[in-house]
Amino acid sequence: MDYSQFLSMKQEIALLVVFVLVFFYDTFMPKSTQKGLPVFTIVLTLLATVAGFCTCCLGTADSVVSFAGMYETTPVIAAIKGILNVGVVIVLIQSIKWAGSDSMVVRRGEFYELLLTTLFGMYLMISARHFLLFVIGLECASLPLAAMVALDKYRYESHEAAVKYILTAVFSSAIFMMGLSFVYGLTGSLYFEDIYFALTGKMSTLLVVALTFVISGIGFKLSLVPFHLWTADVYQGAPTTVTSYLSVISKGAAAFAFLVILAQVFGSLYSEVWEGILYALIILTITVGNLFAIRQRNMKRFLAFSSISQAGYIMLGVIAYNTMGMAALMYYILVYIFSNLAAFGVISAIENATGKVSMDDYKGLYRTNPRLSFCMMLAMFSLAGIPPFAGFFSKFFIFTSAINNGSIAIYVLVLIALINTIISLYYYLLVVKAMFISEDECVIPHFRSACSERIGLWITVAGIILLGIVSCFYSSLLDMASVSSIGMYFIG
Amino acid sequence: MEITAIYYLVPALIMFCCGVYGFITRKNMIAMLISLELMLNAVDINFVVFNRFFYPEQMEGMFFTLFAIAIAAAETALAIAIIINIFRAAKNIDVRSLNEMKF
Repeated sequence: MDYSQFLSMKQEIALLVVFVLVFFYDTFMPKSTQKGLPVFTIVLTLLATVAGFCTCCLGTADSVVSFAGMYETTPVIAAIKGILNVGVVIVLIQSIKWAGSDSMVVRRGEFYELLLTTLFGMYLMISARHFLLFVIGLECASLPLAAMVALDKYRYESHEAAVKYILTAVFSSAIFMMGLSFVYGLTGSLYFEDIYFALTGKMSTLLVVALTFVISGIGFKLSLVPFHLWTADVYQGAPTTVTSYLSVISKGAAAFAFLVILAQVFGSLYSEVWEGILYALIILTITVGNLFAIRQRNMKRFLAFSSISQAGYIMLGVIAYNTMGMAALMYYILVYIFSNLAAFGVISAIENATGKVSMDDYKGLYRTNPRLSFCMMLAMFSLAGIPPFAGFFSKFFIFTSAINNGSIAIYVLVLIALINTIISLYYYLLVVKAMFISEDECVIPHFRSACSERIGLWITVAGIILLGIVSCFYSSLLDMASVSSIGMYFIG
Repeated sequence: MEITAIYYLVPALIMFCCGVYGFITRKNMIAMLISLELMLNAVDINFVVFNRFFYPEQMEGMFFTLFAIAIAAAETALAIAIIINIFRAAKNIDVRSLNEMKF
C-alpha cells in the first residue's frame, strides 16, 4: 500500500491533529492551565481553517482520487470544507461564555472533542466516493451530535431532545442503508462511479424503491418536510450552542453530500425519478416550514422551522442540476452560516445573561439593548432576503440557477419559492416588530454581553454585510465549481 | 431442494418491516431500540446475501456488513446511555412521557 495517499487527506489530517492536541490538553494539562482550553481550541481550528484556505486559494489544492477511488478531493470539496470550518470557528467563539459556566466547565473538553469528531465525519461524508466510507462519515457525524445534544446534564429537555434525535437518526440511517443494500444488489458495487455506470439506462421498480429510501435517509438529516418532525424539538431542547452548530454546519454538510450523491450516483435517473421526488419535497419543505414558523413563540423553535424552510431553498440548487446550482448551493450555505449564527449569537447572549428565549420577552428590546437588537435585525433581514444584505444575493443566485435549468415545471417551483419568501418575510419581521415597535416594557434589562459573544457577533455581522457586496466569493466558487469533477454529471 | 437467495431476502424484508412497525407502535424506548436493531440486522442480511449469491467474486457486501454491525453497536450503546439518563430524570422510559416539548 502506498502510504503517501494519506497526504491527499490534508484537511482531515489537520483536523485530526487539532482533535488529538485538544484531547491531550484536556486530559493531561494541569488544572491551572485548563482555563485556556477554549482559546487553545479556537486558535488551532482557526489555523486549520487558514491552512485549508491557503491550499485552496493558492491553487495547490488539486483534484486527487486516492485509496482505490474511495476518497476524492477537489478544489470545490476543499472550499466547502473551508466554509464549514469558518462556521465551526464562529460557533466555538460564541460558545466560550457557555463553556465557562459552572455546570459546563468540567465537561467542556468533551464538547470540543465531540464537535471536532462530528466535523471529521462530515469531511468524510463530503469526500467519500464509496458508500462504505460515506456511511461511516454519516454515522460519525450524527452519533456524537446526539451526545452533544444531551450535554446539558441537569436539564430534562436536553435528554428528551437527545433521545428524539438518536432514535430518529438511527431509524433514518437504517432506512438509508436498506436503500443502499438494494442498490448493491442491483449493481454489485458500492463505488459511486461504478454504480453510476451500472445504472445508466436501467430502470426498475426496485431501483425507485432504493432511491426513495436513500433520499428519505438523507432527508432526515437535512430535515426536509415529511422527515422534519424531530427538528423543532431537538433545536429547542439542545443547548443553544449545539443548536446553532446543528442548524448550520450539519445541515450544510448534508446538503452538499446530498448533491454529490444525487449527481454522481443517481445522475442518470435525474429526469426519470428524483427530479419529481425532489420537486415535491421542496414545495412541501418551504411551505410547511414557513407556515409552522409563523405560530412559534420560542425563539429556538422559531429558528428551527425557519431552518427547515431554508433547507428547501438550498435544495433548489440541487434540483437545478447544473454547475451554477452547485456554486449557488455552496454560496447559500456560506451566507446561511453567517446569518443564522448571528441570530443564534444574539439568542445565546440573551439566554446566558437572563435565561429568556421566548419571543414575547424580546418586546421592546431596542430600548434596553440596542446593539443586540440591531444584530438580530440584520440577521432576520438576511434570512428573509432583503436586498443590501447577503441573504438577498444567495436567494437570487439559487433562484437564477434553478431557472437556468429551463423547464417549465421549475419555473413554477421558483414562483412558489418566491411567494414563500414573502410569507417568510412576515414572520422574520414579527421579531423585528417585537424588538423595535412594541410599546411594552422590556423584561430583559440592559446588560453587557461577554467579550467573546461580541467578537462572534461582529464577525457574523461583517459577514452578512460583506458577503453580498464583495462579489469575489461567489465568482470564485463558480470558477471552482465549473472545473470540478462533479460537473461532468450535470446536463448543462 | 436448493436454497436460493429469495429464501434469505424475504425473511430479511419481513424483519425490516417488523422493525418499522415496532418502532412506530412500541411505547417503551428499549423496545423501540430493539426494533431499530431488527431493521439494521435486516440490512446486514441483505448485504451478505446479495454478495454471496450474486457477486461472489468480491467481498464488498461482507465488509459493509462488518462495519454496519460495529456502527449498530455504537448506536445502541449511545442510545441506551441517553435512555438511562431519561430514566434517572423521569423514572420511566415510556415515550408518551416525552411530551415536555411539542408544537
